[in-house]
Amino acid sequence: MIDLIISTLTQGFIYALLSYGIFITYKILDFPDLTVDGSFPLGAAVTAVMLVNGFNPYLTLLCALAVGAAAGLATGLIHVKLGVRDLLAGIITMTALFSINLQIAGSNLAVERAVDTIFSAGPTMMLFGSFSLIQRKLIVSLILVILFKLILDFYFKTKSGLLLRAVGDNNVLVTSLAKDKGRVKILGLVIANALVALSGCIVCHEQRAFASTMGTGQMIFGLAAVIIGTTLFRRMSFVKGTTAVLTGSVIYKACIQAAISMGLPANLLKLITALLFLVILVIGNVEKGKGKKYAGA
Amino acid sequence: MLELKNITKVYNPGTVTEMCLFKDFSLSVEDGEFISIVGSNGSGKTSLLNIICGSIPVEGGDVLINGNSIMKLKEYERYKMMGRVYQNPSMGTCPNLTILENMALADNKAKFFGLGRGINKKRIDFYKEQLEILGLGLEDKMDIKVGSLSGGQRQAAALVMASMTKLDFLILDEHTAALDPHTAEIIMVLTNKIIREKKLTAIMVTHNLRYAVEYGDRLIMMDKGKIVMDKNSEEKAKTSTDDILRVFNEISIECGN
Repeated sequence: MIDLIISTLTQGFIYALLSYGIFITYKILDFPDLTVDGSFPLGAAVTAVMLVNGFNPYLTLLCALAVGAAAGLATGLIHVKLGVRDLLAGIITMTALFSINLQIAGSNLAVERAVDTIFSAGPTMMLFGSFSLIQRKLIVSLILVILFKLILDFYFKTKSGLLLRAVGDNNVLVTSLAKDKGRVKILGLVIANALVALSGCIVCHEQRAFASTMGTGQMIFGLAAVIIGTTLFRRMSFVKGTTAVLTGSVIYKACIQAAISMGLPANLLKLITALLFLVILVIGNVEKGKGKKYAGA
Repeated sequence: MLELKNITKVYNPGTVTEMCLFKDFSLSVEDGEFISIVGSNGSGKTSLLNIICGSIPVEGGDVLINGNSIMKLKEYERYKMMGRVYQNPSMGTCPNLTILENMALADNKAKFFGLGRGINKKRIDFYKEQLEILGLGLEDKMDIKVGSLSGGQRQAAALVMASMTKLDFLILDEHTAALDPHTAEIIMVLTNKIIREKKLTAIMVTHNLRYAVEYGDRLIMMDKGKIVMDKNSEEKAKTSTDDILRVFNEISIECGN
């Protein structure tokens, strides 16, 4: 039971990184970014290949960030420079990435037990060697998720971060500030997809595998985590967005874990994920509608 | 000095709804001049502002600032030297950011948005000073989200933000039209105060003929893409709102509305 809780928390933390990315595109930029379903396995594909070929496991984290950033850049350029609608720009990159991921990894790829991951390589063992593998997974993913939370919290307070928040809020104002709103959007997509690919990278370390289909539904997962988190803490403005998203991610993973524990067949997992998301959306709408019942139509 | 030279603007070119708004339109604005522009709907007032700001393309002609053409500059690049306040109060501010964050954004206009602190604590007193001019008490609400302010308060904040950095031009696009008469009056008085205190060159489009007569150094009336009346400050001083209204009605009757 304890093991189950630990592994659920670990999953929640790892996927919180992905959710941070979706928080940036969906909540801050107001950009429905489907690139995610491609950039997530992209991070995993690069990681799997690097691990199989004996690269330093910690280096995969940086490489995943870089390739994810490139994927975000592609969507950004397609949207801003070629004038393709936001949703379609993401779908184009996502579809292209499916092939690219298979090209990178060759096929679905498993990482052998003998290969060290970020959870079992030297520095991790030196610091947390006294813990079991499952506990080390929890600790390492917690460290990463807190580290990136702090980095993002810091970033949102910088000038660049302020402008990023402004572009999703009112892009007319960004133009009046003599700034190219397109460039700011691209920057947001780059940061978001870097985080998504990082999440894919850690999942690859955790599962020791890359599967070409592992990206399916990740966008929905991230969205659900963001919506749960921000709805939950809506009335508590002192709670930072990243904290809310982190909590949302853990809650959503716990819900799915509960469904599996109750004997849900693995084949129905995505169906449940989608239905759960629908329920969350509807609850969110009902909550929002309370105050302005007559404003709609 | 801002000059528009021989501007040609055609809407929907090559279609049955083709409409030539400006043909050989020219206008020059002296430094420090405060122009009010009036005209009925469709007379080309807002199109004129959009052409100056680069929000819409033109089929011919040139826009010059101090003798240099700005036609090649993109919209956002032109705002390095211009500020604009829109008709819709929510266009000039970010609703989900606080007043302080909005002021910090405006303060950094046209500069580099890097990884430095978004809010410079040393500047907060300056922001408060700027907001105090408004007399709306916004300086005591620095940490409140702009979205929770009223339309008039937002427009006042937008005005301060648009005029905070050094500008060549301030563009006012029917900026009192969406406000109630009382608030509109307050915003108009503030606008005049800010323009005069900062010695700005300003172009104000308005539907309020009284504002056009009372404020500004020059009054222009437009109709179907042409300037039908252009009064400098001396002539304007002798003109009453009724005189303007008479001319305005004559034009409107010709149009059939």
